[in-house]
Amino acid sequence: MAEKLSPKERTRIARQSMPEQPAAQRAHNFEEVNLGLSAAVAEKEAQRCLTCADPKCVHGCPVGVKIREVVDFVRQGEYLNAAAKLREDNVLPAVTGRVCPQEIQCEGACILSKRFAPLAIGHIERFVADYERSVGRVGLPKRARSTGKKVAIVGSGPAGLSCAGDLIQRGHDVTVFEALHEFGGVLVYGIPEFRLPKQIVKDEIENLRTMGIEFQTNVVIGKTVTVDELFSEEGYDAVLIATGAGLPRFLNVPGEHLGGVYSANEFLTRVNLLNAYDPLHYDSPVYDCRDRNVAVVGGGNTAMDAVRTSLRLGAKNAYLIYRRSEVEMPARREEVRHAKDEGVQFLMLHNPIEFVGNSDGELCGAKLAKMELGEPDESGRHSVAAIPDSEFVLPLDMAVVAIGTGANPLVQSSTPAIQTNKWGYIVVDEATFRTTKRGVFAGGDIVSGSATVILAMGAGRKAAKSIHEYLTTNVWEAETTLA
Amino acid sequence: MFAIKEDRELAPNIKLLRIEAPRIVKKRQAGQFVIVRVHDHGERIPLTIADSDTENGTITIVVQGVGKTTKLLNRLTTGDQILDVVGPLGMPSEVKLFGTVVVIGGGVGTAIAYPTAVAMHQVGNRVISIVGAKTKEFVILEDEVRAASDELFVMTDDGSYGAHGFVTQKLQALIEGGTSINHVLAIGPIPMMKAVAEVTRPKGIPTIVSLNPIMVDGTGMCGGCRVLVGGETRFACVDGPEFDAHEVDFETLVQRNRQYRSQEMKALNRFEAAAEIDSDALKPCELQRKYSEVGPQHAP
Ligand SMILES: Cc1cc2nc3c(=O)[nH]c(=O)nc-3n(C[C@H](O)[C@H](O)[C@H](O)COP(=O)(O)OP(=O)(O)OC[C@H]3O[C@@H](n4cnc5c(N)ncnc54)[C@H](O)[C@@H]3O)c2cc1C
Ligand SMILES: Cc1cc2nc3c(=O)[nH]c(=O)nc-3n(C[C@H](O)[C@H](O)[C@H](O)COP(=O)(O)OP(=O)(O)OC[C@H]3O[C@@H](n4cnc5c(N)ncnc54)[C@H](O)[C@@H]3O)c2cc1C
Ligand code: SF4
Ligand code: SF4
Ligand code: FES
Repeated sequence: MAEKLSPKERTRIARQSMPEQPAAQRAHNFEEVNLGLSAAVAEKEAQRCLTCADPKCVHGCPVGVKIREVVDFVRQGEYLNAAAKLREDNVLPAVTGRVCPQEIQCEGACILSKRFAPLAIGHIERFVADYERSVGRVGLPKRARSTGKKVAIVGSGPAGLSCAGDLIQRGHDVTVFEALHEFGGVLVYGIPEFRLPKQIVKDEIENLRTMGIEFQTNVVIGKTVTVDELFSEEGYDAVLIATGAGLPRFLNVPGEHLGGVYSANEFLTRVNLLNAYDPLHYDSPVYDCRDRNVAVVGGGNTAMDAVRTSLRLGAKNAYLIYRRSEVEMPARREEVRHAKDEGVQFLMLHNPIEFVGNSDGELCGAKLAKMELGEPDESGRHSVAAIPDSEFVLPLDMAVVAIGTGANPLVQSSTPAIQTNKWGYIVVDEATFRTTKRGVFAGGDIVSGSATVILAMGAGRKAAKSIHEYLTTNVWEAETTLA
Repeated sequence: MFAIKEDRELAPNIKLLRIEAPRIVKKRQAGQFVIVRVHDHGERIPLTIADSDTENGTITIVVQGVGKTTKLLNRLTTGDQILDVVGPLGMPSEVKLFGTVVVIGGGVGTAIAYPTAVAMHQVGNRVISIVGAKTKEFVILEDEVRAASDELFVMTDDGSYGAHGFVTQKLQALIEGGTSINHVLAIGPIPMMKAVAEVTRPKGIPTIVSLNPIMVDGTGMCGGCRVLVGGETRFACVDGPEFDAHEVDFETLVQRNRQYRSQEMKALNRFEAAAEIDSDALKPCELQRKYSEVGPQHAP
């Protein structure tokens, strides 16, 4: 246990940095980039916390993790207590510690960030969760006496998993239905191994299974079974729709159908879910990137993941094409830095207006226009316009379009009673997560549009609370405040 | 796991498998498909539900061995297990009373067209079926299709059975002979479907084809199955697989289906070399055991 320091002494400690695999090495393997803090370093970092009376960091965290208390435990070397405290608000801490955009959430709000570097809350969170995993003492909450009520969760991403976890604790029978052959949603098919090892997600699923949740793969709700049938034929009392925002958007420019042009979802699914990086042992193919020129279009986490994956598959040149400038990129700062260190070439203020192919219908280049930023609008976002006569062709062998996703209509179209908005997302009552259909709730990206892991988890937990209320009272206010 | 209840060879390299999948049986409609992953290290491939048996809870697929995964499937026998079967996926065929419907199946396409022929017949259409194959031994499901048709014509490329020639020749003959046709469904190799579209186009006969782009998830998540129809991007797994033949850009489909040719050839060659040495190793359970010994490797 470390001695207590004065505030001044605390602020003199420099923010502890995360050890990482050397860039030149990690750019060629799929092992995790960040290696994790040692206990000594985590404690030292914890020393930096000012233990504020009104901790701003907590307000910055979408689920209100009691960061100050967690950090206190870490400083005192009580890691399992820290973990238990963390789990009160966050059921997937090993995941969020790794993937939350901390700089705009907890760390962005930390008081230290005003004059110094913010406390490395994400790294501490990861340390605590990994410690708990490594000693095999994950403190799983107990299950309440069975209520005999059955809940179906549609989709096994962070929203579905966290909702399932809360409902089973409250004594309900919970079944998670997943369309794919593995559980975890974007955590397994989207976010790559080098950022979030699959084993972490697998372990969390195992924990939930141990708690009594039933998991079923290969069930597409809306196709294999409809929501109506979940109630009428399978006897469920409530349903949560947590199907994410998985529908890929394309640029709709000429040449997008050429061989070698992927959506980010397809490229990442092939590599992450279907292990196409290992062709000797797995059957799913992916474009052979070795010594080729690859470009990824977009500026979010998905784009960063795709472009760094292409490097690891052997790309000679890996370009990131984004139509605005770097400061406007929505990706986590850490990922941007990692990508640059690994050798990704950033083409900011460029926009593809056409994909160019050869006579066999394979991609051979992209015609790019140079862009310039205009005046910022009311929201502070700059407009962006192509500079006339600035086009040129960048030779390419593969391109990945990572410009966002939309709502997948499978469930909604088979259940017309569930109202959607003009973008196809499910409309819910903000406080209760109720849809327009009795007994049906929705949360996560399918309601909010593409957001973050922690927001999806937060939604899942709030929905669980509301589902519990419904199951115990059986009251469904029809006249909710639906838009 | 999904157990295989029956396996039957229909023609060289074409096999029928009856698979236990009670949930899918209840829901499936003509024109829909499943996505199958045979084992832990396998790829996901789409296969049409050719038939189903509500009593036994089984669906039937008919598989033509063209590459590694389909050839592996065709080695499976009754009692073997398939790891993942998901469905029914895709939009069902549009089945209603059209009047006279011509159903054309080329090669394994006959198995894909068969369930729709049955459904068309059931709702009272006059169904004329044209089944095409390379030679006599490749004619599949002849009795089944006959039972679902008012008339059946078999065409072989070499004339070894039925009439000599292509399915399009028979279709052309029917049209010229004055048969009034209200609706055509054509499923088979892409060149065949394209040729049928050209035969019916001048007469404006509504024609539907079932497209076979490369798929991954089958739920609209990856966009890999995108096809160009009437100049618009459609996802075959959720918007199709059936589309208006006169609007389909077949050229793009052919090009997109070629994307992995060299990788597919390599995989197939390795598979067949292994098959010569050790045919047991090609059973999925054995494969899984071997993989777990070797363990996954990272790409160099
Ligand atoms: C590549 C990538 C990188 C990202 N990086 C980050 C990051 O670093 N930090 C961060 O905070 N966020 C990140 N995000 C965003 C984050 O992953 C999502 O916001 C979050 O996963 C949404 O959770 P969800 O539970 O709503 O849906 P999802 O995670 O999308 O899960 C939905 C699940 O439902 C299943 N499903 C869909 N339809 C059906 C159906 N009809 N029947 C049954 N199952 C169905 C899907 O297969 C899927 O498994 C990233 C997203 C992507 C794509
Ligand atoms: C909706 C639909 C229904 C189908 N129904 C049947 C059927 O009932 N019976 C049947 O025998 N075949 C059917 N097919 C075709 C079948 O899916 C392919 O033959 C199979 O995927 C080939 O895999 P492979 O590994 O054996 O061959 P590979 O050597 O991998 O590929 C051979 C060719 O098959 C195609 N192909 C490869 N991978 C895929 C994939 N993941 N998805 C789709 N096509 C692919 C490509 O054009 C490729 O060039 C259907 C395809 C679709 C899209
Ligand atoms: S859950 Fe995310 S935002 Fe909240 S404290 Fe943890 S890392 Fe920060
Ligand atoms: S705001 Fe920063 S310094 Fe204050 S309690 Fe939170 S982490 Fe510690
Ligand atoms: S197969 Fe992925 S979207 Fe159709």
